[in-house]
Amino acid sequence: MRPLTPLALVLVLGGCAGRQSVLDPAGEQAATLHGLLGLMLIVCGIAYLLVLTFLAAALWRGRRRLNPEPAATSDDRQLNVGLTAWAGLMTLGIFALAAASFLVDRTLARHDEQAAGDIRVTGHQWWWRIEYRDPAGRGWIETANELHLPQGRPMRLEIRSADVIHSFWIPNLSGKIDMVPGRANHLTITPQRLGWVRGQCAEFCGVQHARMALEVKVDTPADYAAWLSGQARVAAPPQDPQAARGLALIATGTCGSCHSIRGAGPEARAAPDLTHLASRRSLAAGTLPMSRTALMGWITQPQALKPGAEMPASNLPPADVLAITRYLESLR
Amino acid sequence: MSVAATHDERLARTWGDAGGLWGFITTVDHKRIAARYIVLTIALLVLDGLLAIDMRLQLAFPALKRLEAQGYNESFSLHGSAMMFLVSVPVMEAMAIWLVPLMLGQRNMAFPRLNAFSFWMYLGGVLMLWVPHLANVTPDLGWFEYPPLSGPGYSPGHRADIWAQMITFTEVAALAASVNTFVTIMRMRPPGMTLARMPLFLWAMLITSLMTIFALPAVMLVTSMLISDRLVATHFFDAAMGGDVVLFQHIFWFFGHPEVYIIFIPALGFVAAITETFCRRTVFGYVPLVLSLVAIGVLAFGLWVHHMFAVGLPKLGASFYTAASLVIAIPAGIQIFCYIATLWSGRPRFATPLMWVLAFIVTFVIGGLSGVMTASAPLDLQLTDTYFVVAHLHYVLIGGAMFPLFGAFAYWYPKATGRLLSEAWGKVAFWLIVGGFNLGFFPMHLLGLMGMPRRIYTYPVETGWQPLNILASVGAAIAGVGAAVFVGNALVSLWRGRTAGPNPWGGATLEWATSSPPPPHNFDQIPVVSDLTPLWRDERQVMEGLADDHRELLLTTAIEARPDYRQQSPDPSIWPLLTALAVSAMFVGSIFTPWALVWGALPIGAAVTGWFWPKRRT
Amino acid sequence: MSAQPPATVVGDVSGLPDTAMGPRSLVWWGTLGFMLIEGTAFLLAAAAYLYLRGQATTWPPSGHPPPDLTLGALFTVILLLSEIPNRWLAAKAKAQETRPVRLGIVVMSVLGIVLMAIRYLEFGRLNVNWDHDAYGSATWMLMILHATHVLTDLADTVVLGACIFTRKITASQFSDVNDNSFYWSFVVLTWLPIYALVYWGPRLL
Repeated sequence: MRPLTPLALVLVLGGCAGRQSVLDPAGEQAATLHGLLGLMLIVCGIAYLLVLTFLAAALWRGRRRLNPEPAATSDDRQLNVGLTAWAGLMTLGIFALAAASFLVDRTLARHDEQAAGDIRVTGHQWWWRIEYRDPAGRGWIETANELHLPQGRPMRLEIRSADVIHSFWIPNLSGKIDMVPGRANHLTITPQRLGWVRGQCAEFCGVQHARMALEVKVDTPADYAAWLSGQARVAAPPQDPQAARGLALIATGTCGSCHSIRGAGPEARAAPDLTHLASRRSLAAGTLPMSRTALMGWITQPQALKPGAEMPASNLPPADVLAITRYLESLR
Repeated sequence: MSVAATHDERLARTWGDAGGLWGFITTVDHKRIAARYIVLTIALLVLDGLLAIDMRLQLAFPALKRLEAQGYNESFSLHGSAMMFLVSVPVMEAMAIWLVPLMLGQRNMAFPRLNAFSFWMYLGGVLMLWVPHLANVTPDLGWFEYPPLSGPGYSPGHRADIWAQMITFTEVAALAASVNTFVTIMRMRPPGMTLARMPLFLWAMLITSLMTIFALPAVMLVTSMLISDRLVATHFFDAAMGGDVVLFQHIFWFFGHPEVYIIFIPALGFVAAITETFCRRTVFGYVPLVLSLVAIGVLAFGLWVHHMFAVGLPKLGASFYTAASLVIAIPAGIQIFCYIATLWSGRPRFATPLMWVLAFIVTFVIGGLSGVMTASAPLDLQLTDTYFVVAHLHYVLIGGAMFPLFGAFAYWYPKATGRLLSEAWGKVAFWLIVGGFNLGFFPMHLLGLMGMPRRIYTYPVETGWQPLNILASVGAAIAGVGAAVFVGNALVSLWRGRTAGPNPWGGATLEWATSSPPPPHNFDQIPVVSDLTPLWRDERQVMEGLADDHRELLLTTAIEARPDYRQQSPDPSIWPLLTALAVSAMFVGSIFTPWALVWGALPIGAAVTGWFWPKRRT
Repeated sequence: MSAQPPATVVGDVSGLPDTAMGPRSLVWWGTLGFMLIEGTAFLLAAAAYLYLRGQATTWPPSGHPPPDLTLGALFTVILLLSEIPNRWLAAKAKAQETRPVRLGIVVMSVLGIVLMAIRYLEFGRLNVNWDHDAYGSATWMLMILHATHVLTDLADTVVLGACIFTRKITASQFSDVNDNSFYWSFVVLTWLPIYALVYWGPRLL
């Protein structure tokens, strides 16, 4: 039938694996939902086949009829039985799916109960503020745009928004939850597979909604702890005169009015924290891979790469931009 | 013989319009009003389709940068808003406006001037969206612009106000049309057409009009609250001052969910009518069909939270809405069974209208099943706001509403125009549209599962989404060609189509009892019915006695349809247009200043007074 | 294509009346449709008010005094009492008695003007502005919605009055007066839950 050929085609072309895919669960929540998806596909697939079979039989029967009179209704008794059976079958199917859905809800709720609440994510137009509770007890460690999680541990994320409604979604790990201003939502994630996956904002949040992505790294607990203690440190001082000049430009320029670099001066919170910028894989919320060219381009004219972003052009000569970039590159 | 001909001629003169521009702007003939609605919705469908092609080009080859962020955001906002508010609901209303009096053997609707008023308000809504687009002030936050993004803090300028006020225009039009349809069906059925003998299309429109009456006030209220937040600093949706953005979503979707069934239920009415005629038997399961329509209409009001599963509402509440959203599949499934059962036990003729019914079954059921999947609150958290939902909504709206509409168009075109569409070109258009649609939208289910969110103008190639996007764009383009053939067929057949008699398809309902196209007064005599399929009987009963020198209609009792009294029906009038102009001025003005509500009320009061001032009977 | 069988005439409707009163009349049904629409709008506005109350810790938030009771009570009492002449007018319209109907329309018009004047003063005694917070916005929304209905029915009453004083009253106009009374009863009925929310909500919720 018509839809099946495209289905085959898309399965071939699309593939199932992916770094941002519901079909490739890398965490317990996504795996549970993947199972429910499979069950739904089977039940719905059977239902669709039943409908198509009945339709095909009806058309076949219709083509072969020779009776010129408008059809008598003797068939109707048979069809009434069929209708009752169909209604009953649908009710059973619906009931089964409702039960399955309810059970999945309970399973996910059990994960919620076991989770520790150590991470806060706040949505901004068009970036993510991510704060980790400091294991040494000294408040929150702030980073941006790249989320690290320890393997196997249920983590309860507190999800907020600083401006408009966003949606926090890492398909390989779990379903999404909206980031609603005035409200604190929670999401439990228990990652199982090591490595990188990708998340993306899933609620239209303004002109650059399309470029609000999230790199996510799942580490072993030991690597995670090491990474976190690295993030807790203040910024390394500049290692050479060019980098020192870069920091000076940052301190005296407009950068400090929005950004923070812990231990180096700037403390504003309107834009991503840069203390360990160079340890991140991408720039501008997944817009560009981290590289010298990307940094220089972004600092010179962000509007060319992400039109509408809040960051203005720096209006600095290339030598200054390079100095700033050299400094930022040292912030691992 | 000559007396009867004079009687018909007098009726035609009494119910006819003056010529020229004056006749055009004063007509209260439901057929003419419906025609303008339909022509406008088809034009908008074409424009929206072009927007869709543009978006598909951008998504197939994002590196080409056919549309930048702002351009793409405007495109999907315009596409969605126009489709939902200016095409889908109005075209169903328009079909009802045209068909309901004909199917009832009546000469006009209950409130003919209200009918004209509703069209002018609809036109106002069309202009309210498209004129600002031409002036580059296009709404750009989607077809349901959530605050705070649409609030005063993040959306300066007037784009959001334009969107909100466009809705106000269209909802006034829809409410007026629905009260009209509701009262016409309740009080103007022909003698003998008890509710149990009412064709399913009329049941569908009765339920739809009631649903509209209860659902549309919600969107009028919530868009007014939004404009008020923006214009006069109320704080309905301002969390810092005690408001709540989720309140917007609740009220909006309280309207938004019934809205899609308001679009779908008339389509079920088309399917019933077409299936009956082309299977040459009364539709199987009249009582289950009526009950399932009622069930869908009622249940539709209990589902709205399923649009909000990701907002963070209490889980127990979500479970209730999962259950309700699943349950509504059952009456829909009953509908599908009954239509297939009619095919099974009938003698199908595979003309174009019936083929659209088949396409409806095969396509809509996919949409219904993807809806069953999104009904599960936990699973929906992976599916909502992704291309999976884009696929689902297009499958149910295009498969469930547009395909039956195209079938209805092919079915009733001969009655409206007196000509038959070309069956050959109709079938070409059919295969292109249905094949192109499925090729275009089926891959989107997979794209959603592969992590592609909605409303994004670009994506990195590394996501692997491009091949499926290209496939989807090819499918969309094929469907676009099919749409062009469809429209071309409609236009060319106006001149070159074969002449159609009163009943080219052998239909059973009253609209086929008059000429094609009908005269201005529709019927020479009042038909009397005694069963569901009056034209399939060997005998024909009528009543007489309505005047032919002034306009009057027969009103019957609400349940038993016994003749009750003769209602004097209005002549053509300029007041609906003047009133619509006054209301439009107030609506447009109130985007800029709240005083427009005060000053604008005065011309409206004057126009309405002119409308209702009693005319001296000559 | 089938030619139609010849028609048998089974009835003549020319003897039927050409107007109807009350639920038999078409305009009554149109009025009913309008009531369903406006009633739904009121219900949703009330639901919004209650929702916002549910989100707040105290009500009114930020320690506003609740709206002054006096004017609201005065409005409510006069509105409820107005149902008496209203029902009387409806009955007289149904009976098609010219002079009582003219008197009744004048009485209802005067009452409507008095009520609008009280309503105007009420806005000044709500003790909160619409732009102060969500409570203020919701309170003003409910009051404005109802005020609009009083105003439109008053306008309808006055225009009807002008019609029936300047010419002989036709059966169809008697029917319109009857329908207008029907609508006034709706205006009275819908005030009660709004009164409860606006004036007693801050005191009891």
